[in-house]
Amino acid sequence: MAAAKLSLREITVVFRARRAPEVVAIDRLSLDVADREIVSIVGPSGCGKSTLLRLVAGLVRPSAGEILLDGRVVTDPGAERGMVFQSYTLFPWLTVQGNVEFGPRIRGMPEEHCREVAARYIQMVGLTGFERAYPKELSGGMMQRVAIARALANDPEVLLMDEPFGALDAQTRAFMQELLLDIWQKTPKTILFVTHDIDEALFLGSRVYVMTARPGRLRAEVSVALPRPRTLEITTSEEFVAIKRRVLAMIREEAGKALGMETAPAVP
Amino acid sequence: MSLAQVRPSSPRRARRTIWDVLRPHEPIPRGTYLAILAGSGLGMVAAWCALTYGGVVAPLFLPSPTTTIRSGITLVADGTLLQNAEASLSVIVTGWALAVVAGVPIGILMGSFKAVEALIEPVIDFVRYLPVSALIPLLILYIGIGTAEKVAVIFIGTFFQLVLLVADVAAHVPREQIDVSYTLGASRAQVIRRVLLPATLPGVMDTLRITMGWAWTYLVVAELVSADRGLGFMILDSMRGFFVDRIFVGLATIGGLGLGFDLAFKWLHRRLLPWSPKA
Repeated sequence: MAAAKLSLREITVVFRARRAPEVVAIDRLSLDVADREIVSIVGPSGCGKSTLLRLVAGLVRPSAGEILLDGRVVTDPGAERGMVFQSYTLFPWLTVQGNVEFGPRIRGMPEEHCREVAARYIQMVGLTGFERAYPKELSGGMMQRVAIARALANDPEVLLMDEPFGALDAQTRAFMQELLLDIWQKTPKTILFVTHDIDEALFLGSRVYVMTARPGRLRAEVSVALPRPRTLEITTSEEFVAIKRRVLAMIREEAGKALGMETAPAVP
Repeated sequence: MSLAQVRPSSPRRARRTIWDVLRPHEPIPRGTYLAILAGSGLGMVAAWCALTYGGVVAPLFLPSPTTTIRSGITLVADGTLLQNAEASLSVIVTGWALAVVAGVPIGILMGSFKAVEALIEPVIDFVRYLPVSALIPLLILYIGIGTAEKVAVIFIGTFFQLVLLVADVAAHVPREQIDVSYTLGASRAQVIRRVLLPATLPGVMDTLRITMGWAWTYLVVAELVSADRGLGFMILDSMRGFFVDRIFVGLATIGGLGLGFDLAFKWLHRRLLPWSPKA
């Protein structure tokens, strides 16, 4: 791999709560993401995957270790690292247009540029005609498409996605996954994608990092050498299923640990 | 039975019984709803008529609808009602507006910044458990029995509650909305101005409506204690002369004005914040 676009070096995150023992959420974790690569992170719930993204976004500071973007240490949030959350984070008082324009506007871009950018990304997520709608008038899938357009409108160098399709129904979720890959094919970005859905992780990612139960460490790095452009048919291919079986076994073992079981049930 | 006989049954309307109307959270037909609504209102009037015209309650305690309406017409005609309503309204709007102007910003700061919360909360938590009525003697001593004293009663009565309610609204702005703004490149000042403030608007609107309701209570209490005008004064004054019908006109006016404000606030909410989930 060439010089990484984004790298995490020996990251440790310790949460201190009053009257509770310290919690080591992430323990000496290192990973690299290449330029314009999609990397997925899967792990059992509570393994610190979301914390990992919040670290890269600059919303949480590591207790030890550092995060490098193009070799420079990042500490605070910045527009070059856009984020899409699982919960609906659209600003309800702004229209679709207003939400997508939010980034360029607060960075003082000229009016013309804001409108042009908004139109482009609204079209890219297939919501042309809904510019004047308020979030309360949209479905969950449409809201997440606006959230993606809003993040992309800022032209970030890295896109951080924290289970962005987790709250959607199965069909909408499949549609969104294909849409995301389609957008990525057209305008490749470096994407770090966190999910607990193994199919989603493998379908989107070129590589998948599997995390351990808390404290979150890297358990394995799995390469998904499937050709692109991908469509959902690929998820029934033999290669896909073989990789999935491996990852599933690891996840089940980690989930078992998280639930306090000594040994997880064997995977057939 | 031959196949020909099996006809698709037309969606037959099941017979509605009283139990269908009483299913928890189940919507009922609009017609039924309106009928119950009208029935409730008419029932109240009917009960009033029965109690008065039927001679069940002496006119000294409960005036008949006709007496009350006649008395209302007289009070409007001689200007008494309007004069007193105007006096009450000017006091209530002044006191409440002052509380809003001071309380909303403080509430937003308190809900948004832990440091401000620590600074203000002890004071407010102490004062808000003091019933304003307990402060009236002190306020009369300090300010007198004029309009300023009543404005002060309403201000004190609403200000502290308002600060706490607004602080709660501000504290419940979703954390993710603030986080996402930072990742979109917003500075701290931009997050406050462009995210936190607009996010609090629906909650603040609701708070304004609720505190306006309370302001009426405090106003009447203040007017009952000491006043030479206002609706509370009119009620007390009518009691002294046993003009029960006038008392009822006063009560109806207060209720009507309160309802009017409530509807006005709801209408404003829909007009000003069309994006709000409550609009």
